[in-house]
Amino acid sequence: MTRKQRRLVMIGGAGAVLAVALGLVLVAMRDTIVFFRAPSEIAAQGVDPGVRFRLGGLVEDGSIRHAGDQVVLFRVTDGGATVDVRYRGHLPDLFREGQGVVTEGALDGAGLFVADTVLARHDENYMPREVADALKQQGLWQHGGDAPPTQ
Amino acid sequence: MLIEAGHFALALALGLSLVQFAVPLWGARTNDPVLMSVGGPVSVAVFLLVAFSFGVLTHAYMVSDFSVLNVYANSHSAKPMIYKITGVWGNHEGSMLLWILILALFGAMVGVARNSVPPKLRANTIAVQGAVTIAFLLFLLMTSNPFERLTPAPFEGQDLNPVLQDLGLAIHPPLLYIGYVGFSITFAFAMAALIEGKIDAVWARAVRPWTLAAWLFLTLGISMGSYWAYYELGWGGWWFWDPVENASLLPWILGTALIHSTVVMEKREALKVWTILLAILTFSLSLMGTFLVRSGVLTSVHAFAVDPDRGLFILVILVFFIGGSLALFAWRAPLLRQGGVFAPVSREGALVMNNLFLATACATVLIGTLYPLALEAVTGAKISVGAPFFNATFIPLMIPLLILVPFGQVLAWKRGDLAGVAQRLAAAALIAAFVTVLIYGFTYGGPVAAPLGVGLGVYLILGAFNEVVTRSWSPGVSLSVAARKARGLPRSTWGTVMAHAGVGLTVIGIAATAWSTERIVSMRLGDVADVGGGYEARLDSVAPRTGPNYIEDVARMTLFSGGREVGFVESAKRFYPVRAMPTTEAGIRTFGLSQVYVSVGEEQPDGSLGMRLYYKPLILLIWLGTVVMAIGAGISMTDRRFRVGAPVRSRNAPPTAAPAPAE
Repeated sequence: MTRKQRRLVMIGGAGAVLAVALGLVLVAMRDTIVFFRAPSEIAAQGVDPGVRFRLGGLVEDGSIRHAGDQVVLFRVTDGGATVDVRYRGHLPDLFREGQGVVTEGALDGAGLFVADTVLARHDENYMPREVADALKQQGLWQHGGDAPPTQ
Repeated sequence: MLIEAGHFALALALGLSLVQFAVPLWGARTNDPVLMSVGGPVSVAVFLLVAFSFGVLTHAYMVSDFSVLNVYANSHSAKPMIYKITGVWGNHEGSMLLWILILALFGAMVGVARNSVPPKLRANTIAVQGAVTIAFLLFLLMTSNPFERLTPAPFEGQDLNPVLQDLGLAIHPPLLYIGYVGFSITFAFAMAALIEGKIDAVWARAVRPWTLAAWLFLTLGISMGSYWAYYELGWGGWWFWDPVENASLLPWILGTALIHSTVVMEKREALKVWTILLAILTFSLSLMGTFLVRSGVLTSVHAFAVDPDRGLFILVILVFFIGGSLALFAWRAPLLRQGGVFAPVSREGALVMNNLFLATACATVLIGTLYPLALEAVTGAKISVGAPFFNATFIPLMIPLLILVPFGQVLAWKRGDLAGVAQRLAAAALIAAFVTVLIYGFTYGGPVAAPLGVGLGVYLILGAFNEVVTRSWSPGVSLSVAARKARGLPRSTWGTVMAHAGVGLTVIGIAATAWSTERIVSMRLGDVADVGGGYEARLDSVAPRTGPNYIEDVARMTLFSGGREVGFVESAKRFYPVRAMPTTEAGIRTFGLSQVYVSVGEEQPDGSLGMRLYYKPLILLIWLGTVVMAIGAGISMTDRRFRVGAPVRSRNAPPTAAPAPAE
C-alpha cells in the first residue's frame, strides 16, 4: 500500500464515522427533542394530542388534588391560561402551590396533559428559567419578590 | 485579621503568578538557566499562598465566623463539622478558590518534579500554568471575593443547601476538580511545546503521567458525582445527561482520547499535531464547563447564586485561552514534523480509530449540550435535549469502539495482522457469545439489550486479559513460566488491562439496569409489597426523629427474600428549618452487587404512604468499573519509564527486563 492509499483509507474511515455520527445526530434531533411551552402558547397555538412537550408555569393555588393510587391532578398557569395536568408517581420535595414547575408529557384527546415527569428543584430559590421567561411574558413576574430568578 | 491575611495572600499569589508567567518564559527564550529555574520555587510559593488562603477560609467555616459574607450565606453553627468544612466549596466563591488551589498545586508539582522534564519545557510549562493562574486569581479577586466582610456580623448563618449536606460533597467536587483542572497542566505542556516549536517522544513521556493523573481523578470525580446523584436525588437514576454532567463528561472523553494518542506519540512519534490539538481542546472543554456551570447559563444544582458579571468574566477568560491557544496552534503546528508511517491495520491505526470515535462521540455530546442554548439565542424557541438524544447518538458510537478495544491491545505496531489477532480473540468472543445466549435463555421475554450488553462487557474483560495471555504464554510454555512472564510485564501493560477490564465491568452494570424494576405503591403499616428481584418489603414504622439541623420522618421497612428476613432499609422525609426546605433521603440496602432502593413519598388521601421501591441488579458494577479504570491509570502512572532517574533496584531486577515485543 502506498502512502497515498494509506492516507485515503484513513480519511475515508474518518469520513465514514463522521457521516454516521452526523446521521445519528440529525435523526435524533428530529425524534427526541422536546419543546418547552407555556400554557398561553398552548391556548393560542394548540398542540396536537400525543406530541411530547414540556409544560411549565406556576402550580395554580388550590388546584392540587390527590385522586388516590398516587395520582395527582393540578393546574399549571402562566397567568394567561391554565392547563390541567395528571401525574402518577412521587412529586418532587419542593412541589408546592404557587411555585414554578416543569412537567413533561403529552396532551390526551380531551386536553388533559398527562405528565410522566415532574421536574425536581434543588433549591427553594430556584425558578426554572423557562418558567420565569413565560411569566415575564404574561407580565406576572414581580421583581424583588421572594423568588428571584437565580436559576 | 486572619481573614484579611487570607485575602492578602491571594493578592500576593496574583503578584507572584505574574512572575511565574513572565520570568521562566523569558528565560526559555533567552536560554538563561537562572531565569528558567525561577519558575519552580515561585510556583511552589504561589501554591503555598493559595493554600494558606484556602486554610483561612476553611478555618472561618469551622469556627462559624459569620462576619464573613461567604460563611454567613452558606453555613450555620448547628451544622455538623464535616459539612462546615465541605461547605467551603459548596458555594461559588469557595469552589473557585478550590479550583485555583488545584491549578496552583499542579503548577507546583511540575515545579518540583526534578528529573523527568527537560528544563526548557518545564520553564515554558510553568509559565503557561502561571498565565492560567493569573486569569483565575483576577476573576476571584475582582468578581467573587470569598473573604468579603459583613458588618455588623449576624448571629446565625443561612445554612448550606440541604441537598449539598452530604458526604458526597466532601468527595465529589475535590476529585472532579483535580481531574478537571489537572488537564490544565496537559494544556500548559502543549502550549510549551508550541512555544518551543519542538515536540518529541520526550515530551510525550513527560506529559503522560500528568494526563493519567488528571484522567484518574476526573474518572473518580464523575463516578462519585453519579453515585451521589443516584442516592441523593431519590429517583434511582444514575446519569441524567444533564448539561452539567455533560460538562464534566466532555473533557473526560477527550482526555481518554488524549491518553491514547500520547501513546502513539511516545512510541512512534506520530500524531504530534493531533495530540497537541487534543490537549488544547480537552482543557478548553474544562474551561467551557466551568463557564456553563458558573455563569448561570444552565439551570442546575451546580449553579449557585448567579451574577452576570462573573459569566462575562469567565467568557473573556475562555475566549482568551481557547482563542489564543488555537491561534498559537495554527501558527506553530506546521513546524512540528510528522514522524512514523503506519498501515491502517496496526496499533497506531487502532489508536487512531479510538481517537476518531471518541472525538466524534464528544462532538455529538457537545452538540446536544449546546444546541438548546444556541437555538434559544437565535430563534427564541426553548427545547430540551434529554437522555433519548444522547442514547441515540452516543451509544451507537461507543459500541463499535468497545468492540475494537481488545484488538487495539494486541495489534502490532506499524503493520498488524488482523486475522491473527481475530484468531487470538476468538475464545473471548465465543465465551461472551455463550454468556449472552445463556442469559438470554434465562431471562427470556425480558429486554434483549441487556444480555447483549453483558456479553459485550464480558468480551471486553476477557479481551483485556487476552493481552496478558498473548504476551506471556504460547503453546508449549509451562504455566509457571507464563505466570512469571506475566508478572514481569510492564506496569503500563497491566494498567491498560485493568482500565479496559474496568470499562467491561461498567458496561455490564449499565446493561443490567435494563433489568431493574420500579414499583410505585401505597402502603399502610404492616403492608408487604413486592420490590422485584425476589425481594419483598414490609412497612414497619413511620417515626419522627431529630437530627443536628433538621427534623425527619423515618419510614422503616424490613426486607424479605423468599420469605426470609434479610435486613431493613430506612427512607426519610427531612425538613431543614433554616432554609425551610424539605428533602427525601432514599434508603438503600446492598446485596452483593445489587441494591434495593426505597424512596418514601407523600401521604395519600386515604392515610396510606406513597412508596417507590426499586430493585437494581448489578448496579454497583457501574461505579466499581470506574474505580477499576482509575486503578488501571494509577498502575500505569508507576510504570518504570516514568521513573527514569529515580533510584532503581539493581539486585533483584525483574528477569524479563529484556524488551517485550511490540511494547
